[in-house]
Amino acid sequence: MKAKHQRLVLVLLVVAAMIGAALLAMSALRDQAAYFYSPADIARLGGVPPGQAMRLGGMVADKSIVHEADGVTIRFTVTDGGATVLVRYKGIVPDLFKENSGVVADGRFGTDGVFVADTILAKHDERYMPPQLAGAEHKTETLAR
Amino acid sequence: MHGFANPTRFLAIARPVTPWLAAAGVLLAGYGLYAGLFLSPPDYLQGETVRILYVHVPAAWLGMGGWTGIAVASLAQIVWRHPLAGVAARAVAVPGALFTALCLLTGSLWGRPAWGTWWQWDGRMTSMLVLLFLYFGYIALANAGDERSGVSRATAIFGLVGAVNIPIINRSVVWWNSLHQPASITLGGSKIDAAILYPLVFSALGFTLIFAAIVLMRMRALLARAKVEARLRRMAAA
Repeated sequence: MKAKHQRLVLVLLVVAAMIGAALLAMSALRDQAAYFYSPADIARLGGVPPGQAMRLGGMVADKSIVHEADGVTIRFTVTDGGATVLVRYKGIVPDLFKENSGVVADGRFGTDGVFVADTILAKHDERYMPPQLAGAEHKTETLAR
Repeated sequence: MHGFANPTRFLAIARPVTPWLAAAGVLLAGYGLYAGLFLSPPDYLQGETVRILYVHVPAAWLGMGGWTGIAVASLAQIVWRHPLAGVAARAVAVPGALFTALCLLTGSLWGRPAWGTWWQWDGRMTSMLVLLFLYFGYIALANAGDERSGVSRATAIFGLVGAVNIPIINRSVVWWNSLHQPASITLGGSKIDAAILYPLVFSALGFTLIFAAIVLMRMRALLARAKVEARLRRMAAA
């Protein structure tokens, strides 16, 4: 075996071991490195205690946005297709925040089970198209995850 | 590849090719940006802000492609001792860092109107920031060695090990819940409408050619510096 081939085998082994280690680390980080929890994640983890800061993400359910009488507070439902969470937020939302679209909310659960958000971010999907092509549907397979 | 191992033969090809690459790159990227800013339609959801993608996406691809190039060159240096591999990797590092920074900057500018935030620590943004720091580390390590044009073995190993981050960036929006949306363009096809997509093709191709021209220029500069230093040493010894 020539020195060149020895080096090649050694480097390939090292690279394979490195990728294996990285994959193990990443799968171990699956929950910790998640940017937000979906309603299904919360159900899977057995609920989150009231008052604990967390980030909730999912789709704003169709026809769920309700403006309260004070004019600045809104209520809406976050869904991931199965589980749902009711959210209350007081403040200005991003332009892209709308029903049937993605949302990420920082906040905490109240004792009544309603999620009180301090910050609302909009998450959009990976499709781009001219306005005249946009159909009524705005589904994404990616936000429900 | 060893046909180009001789720096003289490499320079004989690189020297005339550089201006053509640069000119073609500027033309293509210029047309791509013109078409992206003036000819293509706005997005149905985001409106005019979608035009940032004509810089953001090529910058992201080149930032990640740059490190992939460094990893391949590092492999060629460690295994085959290719004499120009270290020079190429070192030449790629600076434009690679530049485009990664450009990607983060345009991403931040885009994030404010689209998501409502300049910056969030989600998987995609964090791993891309890690890539920028890896570039900084690589550049520092490459300049710390006493190699005149190439890089030390330690630098090459760093270039190879740092490549672990590339698949992490790519998969970050699949493995973890993230604010950044998943890839629009995959092997399965494009989720970008053709009217919005075609300027991106031009700008991505154009920026890639400009990147290649910068790499060739930097490789020539590194080889020239090594030659000058060798000559100065001979003169000092004489």
